[in-house]
Amino acid sequence: MPSASPLPRRAAIVGANRIPFARSNGAYARASNQDMLTSALDGLVARFGLAGERLGEVVSGAVLKHSRDFNLTREAVLGSRLSAATPTYDLQQACGTSLQTTLQVANKIALGQIESGVASGVDTTSDAPIEVNDDLRRVLLAANRAKSTAGVLKALGGLRPGQIVPEIPANREPRTGMAMGEHAAQTAAAWGISRTAQDEITVASHRHLAEAYDRGFFDDLMTPYLGLTKDNNLRADSTLEGLAKLKPVFRPKGYPDSEATMTAANSTPLTDGAATVLLASDEWAAERNLPVLAHFVDAETAAVDYVHGDEGLLMAPTYAVPRLLERQGLTLQDFDFYEFHEAFASTILATFAAWEDPKFCKERLGLDGPLGTFDKSKLNVAGSSLATGHPFAATGARIVPTLAKLLAEKSAQEGSDTVRGLISICAAGGQGVVAILEA
Amino acid sequence: MSNDWYSDFVNSGVGRSIAGTVGLPPVPRLRRYEPGQPLLSGAALLGTATADGRVAKVVRSLLTDVGVEVHDDPHAAIGGGSSTSKVAAGIVDATGLSSPSDLAEVQAFLTPVMRRIGPSGRILVIGDVPGEATSPAVRAARRSLEGLVRSAGKEARYGATVNLLHVADGAENDLESTLRFFLSSRSAFVDGQRLDVGTVPGFSGSSQGVDWDRPLAGRTAVVTGAARGIGATVAKTLRRDGATVICVDVPAAGDALARTANDVGGSALQLDITADHAPATLLDHAGRHGGLDIVVHNAGITRDKLLANQDRDRWNSVIDVNLNAQLAINDALLASDVFHRGGRIVTVSSMAGIAGNRGQTAYGASKAGVIGMVDATAPLLVEKDATINAVAPGFIETAMTAAMPVGTREAGRRLSSMTQGGLPVDVAETIAWFAQGASYAVNGQVLRVDGQNFLGA
Repeated sequence: MPSASPLPRRAAIVGANRIPFARSNGAYARASNQDMLTSALDGLVARFGLAGERLGEVVSGAVLKHSRDFNLTREAVLGSRLSAATPTYDLQQACGTSLQTTLQVANKIALGQIESGVASGVDTTSDAPIEVNDDLRRVLLAANRAKSTAGVLKALGGLRPGQIVPEIPANREPRTGMAMGEHAAQTAAAWGISRTAQDEITVASHRHLAEAYDRGFFDDLMTPYLGLTKDNNLRADSTLEGLAKLKPVFRPKGYPDSEATMTAANSTPLTDGAATVLLASDEWAAERNLPVLAHFVDAETAAVDYVHGDEGLLMAPTYAVPRLLERQGLTLQDFDFYEFHEAFASTILATFAAWEDPKFCKERLGLDGPLGTFDKSKLNVAGSSLATGHPFAATGARIVPTLAKLLAEKSAQEGSDTVRGLISICAAGGQGVVAILEA
Repeated sequence: MSNDWYSDFVNSGVGRSIAGTVGLPPVPRLRRYEPGQPLLSGAALLGTATADGRVAKVVRSLLTDVGVEVHDDPHAAIGGGSSTSKVAAGIVDATGLSSPSDLAEVQAFLTPVMRRIGPSGRILVIGDVPGEATSPAVRAARRSLEGLVRSAGKEARYGATVNLLHVADGAENDLESTLRFFLSSRSAFVDGQRLDVGTVPGFSGSSQGVDWDRPLAGRTAVVTGAARGIGATVAKTLRRDGATVICVDVPAAGDALARTANDVGGSALQLDITADHAPATLLDHAGRHGGLDIVVHNAGITRDKLLANQDRDRWNSVIDVNLNAQLAINDALLASDVFHRGGRIVTVSSMAGIAGNRGQTAYGASKAGVIGMVDATAPLLVEKDATINAVAPGFIETAMTAAMPVGTREAGRRLSSMTQGGLPVDVAETIAWFAQGASYAVNGQVLRVDGQNFLGA
């Protein structure tokens, strides 16, 4: 594989703002994606004194999106305090959305096409789009096409009671008909991931997030919204004993000897929220005396054939990371922080297990030996999705600034040495986005 | 419309007639500042109590420069009118008094002025600093002016104010921003008060070339507690006067803070000012704007309890936010070049810190402490050509006062010379004046913005 051709420059991560994440149908039940994104943008504008400024671009997206929100980001910017001359576009890559938007903005900055930009993502599972079902839709469209009253009546005569049932978006893969949790349960069983190991990841996530709040880590990364000042999924007093009492769900199909190990705690809940990251060239930041927390180094996106290819739905990062490491001439052990999106605790544990398996690494990843393991005390040290919750498209824009700030803090403590962090996010559809930041 | 239903009533057509018949006290609508407004809305009378007066010349020169019609004779006919027609201001230079007998000249000038002063008019008495006199007779005469002014303040009607300036020997040419403040509608709710100019030695500065419509142009300010209420209004007022504003409040108030910051085109800093790192974080953020010229310590909390029911945690939280945090930030400002030469610190005391208030031992202690802090910090700032002053608000109409029981609220409003509560902008205007570069001779002062509230007056 060729090594990375050097980019003209690296994009700087200047700072960020997100709103606290809220469990579904709770604090943000009446907030739309546009409301949340606009508020998150306005908090970012305020933090960096950008009212009225034209930025290079704002890129955002949502997974659960109303059809009227085709220009979601543009509408949010027009409603925000940014200059209306700031261009936007929407992007959608399931849970990878806002790491991908970060990559897109960073690349344009690196190429000198823009000097500044906001990468972001937003999702609501409370204000979700509900559509008429396909049969009703066909009847209504036929009625609309009819040229006479008789034609309209004839078309509407085809209406049946069953057609009234709406289509509600479900967390389900269209090609397998299986819920994401069912897929994850299969992967957990295939890799023999224990319930206890999953619960340990879960407790650590909550504990780390609570500690981060206690030390004011989020004071310059977050702005309260609709009365919430913290992610309301956080359970600071979460314990292994407490989690052990929860009833597991998702008995893995095709693994008759395996128990169900996944619970409501070691799986991320449905969540509402929005997150934004301000990226810029070093020059743009310097002109405004703005800080540079870290730089965006490189990223890789992978996809796996989970439909026919005997690979787990959420295992794409397992493939993306070694490709990124090789291109950058790094090993898995070369990082100071590891930020792995905890879709399910079992997902990241399966990924770690796969990297330690010589056969998998040779046959699936084409490596000479195992990718190996790393110091787990560097994993998700400020908490991750199990504790914060996971508004699908907003998670990348939560993780990027969290890691950038951790790197900036460590760099400030240790002086001139480069510090480095790895981000990994799995996504529906068998995809995964991974990235490296440096400070 | 305010939530002051009584004021709305007596200012309505039918209400005014009923109030007049049954003798209800009127509630004057106060003239308040808008950009571009003339300094005075009419003519001024300018008197001199003694032949040794030092300041009449400076006052005359200012009034003439801004196009105000000035008369020396308090009975002068104004602009074709009569000798009793209304005037916008009456100013008496009472410097140079040699004994209490000289006060008769002040009385002789002010008596017709009191009859002629118009709505929201300004009466300003300017005297020498009593403490600079060694003679008992001279010092007594100088001190007498304060009693005269405080009493006249309670007599003046229709929103007219009466205030006293003490001008230190040699400071008579350092008065311009102060005269402009007390004469203009920026001081709408400052009544019956005394302010000393030039009393902290070693001051230096200039009012040459000031754009009086934007006196804070080019300056960077921090306002703590800026999310809502008085702090948000301070941020907007400083912005109106030309400053770039860094808005600070606790992280939990971040959403309102962001709105304030975006409204004023400034930046938002979510910061618990009591944290150990707060002064450093504040200075670091100010570095983005190239440094700091103005710091407004507005953030404050109340944890009201009768002293008999008070506990240590509540007590400490009030002292920490209202006093210790300010002391720590001031220390950092004094030690840092980020706080520019000629800087201004303005802090918020309270009527409760002067007069005390039932249930507010902690708050009152902290706000009296603020005054001590101002006293001691003022001389330390002289070497940086900087100043520190405090505003002490009285009853100001905010969300907090709107939530008071009716009786307490009505007493707070009516038991003052202005028979009404002040507005947040009244506090903000005073802060913005302290913050001006041209206010270099005003240092170590505590000015009440309370419509001459009768509590502790």
